[in-house]
Amino acid sequence: MYLWNLLDFSLAGLALGLGWVATSSRDLKRSVVFFIAFGLLLSLIWARLRAPDLALAEAAIGAGLSGALLLSALRDEPDAATVGDIKRGQIASLVTLLSLLLTATLAWVLVQTLGVADPIRLADQIEAQLRNSGVSNPVTAVLLNFRAYDTLLELAVLLTAVLGILALGPARAPYHAGGPLLSGLIRWLVPLLILIAGYLLWVGAHAPGGAFQAGAMMAAAAVMLRLGGQAGAGLPKPAMQRVALTAGIAAFVAVGVARSAAGYAFLQYPNGWSGILILLIETATTLAIATTLALAYIGGHSGGGEPVDSAVTEPPAGKRN
Amino acid sequence: MFFTETIYALTGVALFGLGLRGSLLRRSLLGRILAINICGAGVFLMLVTVAYRGPEQLPDALPHARVLTGIVVAVSATALALALGRRFRETESE
Repeated sequence: MYLWNLLDFSLAGLALGLGWVATSSRDLKRSVVFFIAFGLLLSLIWARLRAPDLALAEAAIGAGLSGALLLSALRDEPDAATVGDIKRGQIASLVTLLSLLLTATLAWVLVQTLGVADPIRLADQIEAQLRNSGVSNPVTAVLLNFRAYDTLLELAVLLTAVLGILALGPARAPYHAGGPLLSGLIRWLVPLLILIAGYLLWVGAHAPGGAFQAGAMMAAAAVMLRLGGQAGAGLPKPAMQRVALTAGIAAFVAVGVARSAAGYAFLQYPNGWSGILILLIETATTLAIATTLALAYIGGHSGGGEPVDSAVTEPPAGKRN
Repeated sequence: MFFTETIYALTGVALFGLGLRGSLLRRSLLGRILAINICGAGVFLMLVTVAYRGPEQLPDALPHARVLTGIVVAVSATALALALGRRFRETESE
């Protein structure tokens, strides 16, 4: 038991340390690198708190995709690495004080909440109804069956975000083609990532995994392709991209409307059909999430533009031209 | 002897505070977006801690499912914010 506490304290301490550097370092590049490490650590914490679904998603998205996104944004930031990035002075002290006050209040409220002896939880209802949900992984059951409304609306949020990104202009400049080593690695990794995505999608019915993790894996394959010099990141033509972007919502709404027309509640799956319908919706959702995240990383429809070096640091002066 | 829940709940709260302070005090847009992400991670940690029910019982799946969607929404919102920032800089320099 004490050993577990030792683990808890080290994980919590490391998370706080990394979070502190990521939010307070004067060097923005250092902040981004510490943020990536923070994401990896967070996925260990999810595993410790018995949330393997979250650990998978965090490792792929929180650490991987966000990290890649922030690193490529760092390139656009003028003199990011040199300027002192933290405001100082009286107002800053006041902000720190008020943040501390809010944090302390929140801590007090949360400790009070955790102290409640026998809280009412929905977990028991989920356990009782899991047999009827069509899948045996409770997280997938909540996402695609019990709270399918929430997931549908969440997909709408994703679509709104990516439409905003597409409306804001063309993509960032593509990268130069990678060297033979990187190209060789990508040739191995991309099919493997797609295979893992398919596995995660299938296994999500009865074990940790599902549409979100699978979509993140496929988006990771797109990021790899883009870093290797493929401007389009392996995405299909814009018309097909639009189909893929809306596939998740379309599948959800089609099932919902068909059931409403038959006189049942919206998204109330027919008895015995839940498993297959969930798999269908999840497949469409995986496509939608993968395309959304890939386009979010690229930053718009890939237009022209001169390719640039993929490394974060600028090459030595003599290397260019 | 400390309770696992308390350790992680307080870590989550502290991360929320760190992120909040960072998002207000950073000068650069990228730094602010990064701090908001740390803030969100703190909130996720609080939710998952509330779902944890000790080593014997399975945790509550409902907060897990919501945090899972939250992680995906957070990264898309980050991408949108970065795209807005990029556009803003381009407009400014024109």
